[in-house]
Amino acid sequence: MRQALEGIIGEHLFFKGLEERYVKIVAGCAKNVRFGEREIIFREGDAADQFYFIREGLVAVELMVPQRGFTTLQTVGEGDVLGWSWLMPPYRWRFGARTLQPTRALAFDGKCLRGKCEEDHDLGYELLKRFTFVVTERLEATRLQLLDLYGAPA
Amino acid sequence: MAPLLENSITTGLGVEPMLPKPYCIQRLRHETDDTFTIELAPENSGETFSFLPGQFNMLYVFGVGEVPISISSDPQDVRTFQHTTRIVGAVTRGMGHLKKGDVVGVRGPYGTPWPVQEAEGRDVVIVTGGIGLAPLRPALYHLTAQREKYHKIVLLYGARTPEDILYRRELERWRSKFDLEIQVTVDRGTRAWRGSVGVVTTMIGRSPFDPSNAVALACGPEVMMRFAVMEFQRRGLASENIYLSMERNMKCAVGFCGHCQYGPAFICKDGPVFRFDRIEPIFGKAEI
Repeated sequence: MRQALEGIIGEHLFFKGLEERYVKIVAGCAKNVRFGEREIIFREGDAADQFYFIREGLVAVELMVPQRGFTTLQTVGEGDVLGWSWLMPPYRWRFGARTLQPTRALAFDGKCLRGKCEEDHDLGYELLKRFTFVVTERLEATRLQLLDLYGAPA
Repeated sequence: MAPLLENSITTGLGVEPMLPKPYCIQRLRHETDDTFTIELAPENSGETFSFLPGQFNMLYVFGVGEVPISISSDPQDVRTFQHTTRIVGAVTRGMGHLKKGDVVGVRGPYGTPWPVQEAEGRDVVIVTGGIGLAPLRPALYHLTAQREKYHKIVLLYGARTPEDILYRRELERWRSKFDLEIQVTVDRGTRAWRGSVGVVTTMIGRSPFDPSNAVALACGPEVMMRFAVMEFQRRGLASENIYLSMERNMKCAVGFCGHCQYGPAFICKDGPVFRFDRIEPIFGKAEI
């Protein structure tokens, strides 16, 4: 089981180039999870102790907007990383996540990984580099969304 | 740098390139709130109209003006052809008020086509956003009609909202085929929307194609294409395998007036479809 997880993690683009000893540590904090359709993975404001690699399915990152209800800001699917609130205090989810399709994922214990990163800063640096890439990608995408590129020309 | 003007072609440049021919509206269908498709046929029923995927026509609404619009129909159909456009000015607004039997002037077809022959034997990845799907639709008709000549065919399409998705029925039909990978995303979802939300260019990174044997076709807002190119290059796709349809203010369509100058080229004559390595040095430059 542990070996299978190491295999999946080691092959994932996100962890490309990560030393084998670190893959083992990361795998030690991971488990397989499944969610049904329209199932809540986490709620805005709850403790952010985990993050996920989506292996199959589609997940909406959402925010409760008064008068509008839950509004999808973005979706993440196969191969994507879900959640980085576990990395930064106060370790609370800024947004909620709900499946739009049945979803399979790897769930990582963020609290456990934070502890490992404190013990070994090289591992911390490797993980932060990778999450910074994801955060940058999302920021770029959000900026493009804000441009409303497909709207009628001014 | 590869020569910019190498792929210039001269279709539509007949004896009277500035003289529109009359075509009858067969059908006008509203696609979304601000887009519509008109179907045209020659006034003389014996005539035919041939074009290549990616080419455009100059459409003249009598008494209002003339605009360049890409051809959006099946290139195999030589009896009629279609244009899908957004209402953005007086001419397209006037065109949207026309009805079956009305006549418009047509000059064309003009411009360079999508490289559908060059793409044979390879994966084809199409990235498009908004109304940019219209000029790629003829290419999709061609690719699906000649499916056996291509490896994977991937369409990544971004729209503003679910209500702004063009050609819904066709997308659903194509998606239901097992040999086409179609992914649609919207910038803003609605409560009823159960699909992807996010910008289309983020789909390139995980889309199923082999960068060492693929051709990418992109059409949409120029900013979208800039990010699409970056993503393709990050995947390892060479610049000579990326094709973009560029847009500028085209007036004459035959390279006389200079309105659509793009560096050393004219979009109307040398484009609109460019191989990316040929425009790479000037692409994205604010001064061009």
